[in-house]
Amino acid sequence: MPDLSIDTGLAREILTSFIKTEVTRAGFQRVVLGLSGGLDSALACYLAAEALGPQNVLAIRMPYKTSSPESLEHAQLVIDALGVTSLTIPITEMVDPLIERFPNMENRRKGNIMARQRMIILFDQSEAFKGLVLGTGNKTEILLGYSTLYGDSACALNPIGDLYKTQVRQLARDMGIPQVLIDKAPSADLWLGQTDEGELGFTYDEVDQLLFLLVEQRFTPEECVENGFSEDFVRKVLKRVQQNQFKRVMPPIAKLSNRTVGYDFLYLRDWGT
Amino acid sequence: MKLSVAMAQINTVLGDVQRNLEKHLVMIDEARQKGADLVTFPELSLTGYVLQDLATTVACRPAASNPIFKPLLDASRDIDIIVSFVEEDHRSRFYIASAYLAEGKILHVHRKVYLPTYGFFDEGRFFARGDAIRAFDTRFGRVGMLICEDFWHASSPYLLWLDGADLFFFASASPGRGLPAKNCNYVPGRLDSARWVDDINRAYAGMFTSFIIHTNRVGFEDGINFWGGSSVFTPDGEPLINGPERVEALVQAELDLGQLHRTRSRLPLLRDERVSLVERELNRIRNKEKD
Repeated sequence: MPDLSIDTGLAREILTSFIKTEVTRAGFQRVVLGLSGGLDSALACYLAAEALGPQNVLAIRMPYKTSSPESLEHAQLVIDALGVTSLTIPITEMVDPLIERFPNMENRRKGNIMARQRMIILFDQSEAFKGLVLGTGNKTEILLGYSTLYGDSACALNPIGDLYKTQVRQLARDMGIPQVLIDKAPSADLWLGQTDEGELGFTYDEVDQLLFLLVEQRFTPEECVENGFSEDFVRKVLKRVQQNQFKRVMPPIAKLSNRTVGYDFLYLRDWGT
Repeated sequence: MKLSVAMAQINTVLGDVQRNLEKHLVMIDEARQKGADLVTFPELSLTGYVLQDLATTVACRPAASNPIFKPLLDASRDIDIIVSFVEEDHRSRFYIASAYLAEGKILHVHRKVYLPTYGFFDEGRFFARGDAIRAFDTRFGRVGMLICEDFWHASSPYLLWLDGADLFFFASASPGRGLPAKNCNYVPGRLDSARWVDDINRAYAGMFTSFIIHTNRVGFEDGINFWGGSSVFTPDGEPLINGPERVEALVQAELDLGQLHRTRSRLPLLRDERVSLVERELNRIRNKEKD
């Protein structure tokens, strides 16, 4: 099995430097992020506080009425440990009117509404706090498409999007994030008892190993099976990766002119800075 | 003879040649004050690296009449300078290029021969390929310049070596990648890409019994980091200096050019090199390919 362990000191240095550089060159000093009580947003918050100073980080807790009280407490642990600026903005009264209009709404729709409501709050606070919205999605989640488009995946920059979940845990340990956040089962916390691994049907340890072979090492699916992964698991993961490509790219623009944004109008975002 | 080299491992402003020029002039002045004989800059030091559609708008022609080159040429009257830029030729082809400036003149321009166009790299889409690998004479001896991917092809420094170069100046904008796992190759705090580059440069220094001077940039362009770590390896294949990684610095080293004599007295690899054999075999291989 591949070794996913990383040089955490090096990752920490590059990621804090990335945050500092990319925020300041865009003309900002501050960032805003949603702090769910989970490990990914905790790590992003620790990195941002180290990069910019805790006073320049606004961490926002945005609970829904079914959110676990434990999530709020865990987010508070991070806020207290770092001394970052914080806000708590419950979303129940914002999203319930929409949810109640459709009495048979299933959990996925509700979850997407909540994620997008949180995005609205973050981008509004971005304006109020004069800070860029920091993304908190990890590489496993991005590859699997385990996120809400224009919801939790919406951000101005993402420091942890090239770290698999198991690497997030490793870096989190190195940065001294409270152990209780590292040990608990990852969850989107959209309904009671929901866990990522329960919903996905496999563990992060397993899928990270497989994704590492498929993506980093460019193994064929057959080679992954030869290396001990079940054919069914490989097929299922590959399908997820492929089906969710739309979440990883800008929407395609129908080309008509000789020069079209996205195809032959090509500039980095850092253009001129 | 001693040669004091200052490697300016700078960050750049993407697509803003004027601001980059200003930084060059500051670094050149600092190098001069520190007694350097020669100051080097990394790949595309005047423009930034991931230029994409900016490539054609930041291009210039290396000439005394050019407003970017004039102040650099003026600055080169008492210190030699290697800068890198986008060159537009007289038929508007655009090259990634490095120029060697000395005593107010352009001594040599090297156009990048190998344009990486794979993975993250997309140079072949925006630039024309250079078509020559030539050494040239300076007041410190015969010199060869290569740019990044050029030296991932062993033939490039080999040709310079045969063409008389004893001092190899490599310029890079090398993206940092590969967070090392803790395996047998693991060096704490070093990216895989940094280790790869230093390994081959060290090998070249030893194999060509020559000085390798590698200048690499720092900073970010979107999510891409550049790792710096500018370095010099001696003709013995030993590291003379390793600059700091991921921070701007003027990395200065004193090269004792007498080392060429000492190393080659011990290890006459250059004397024993068999150019005619290489030529014969290359011709045979090329003819075989034609069949």
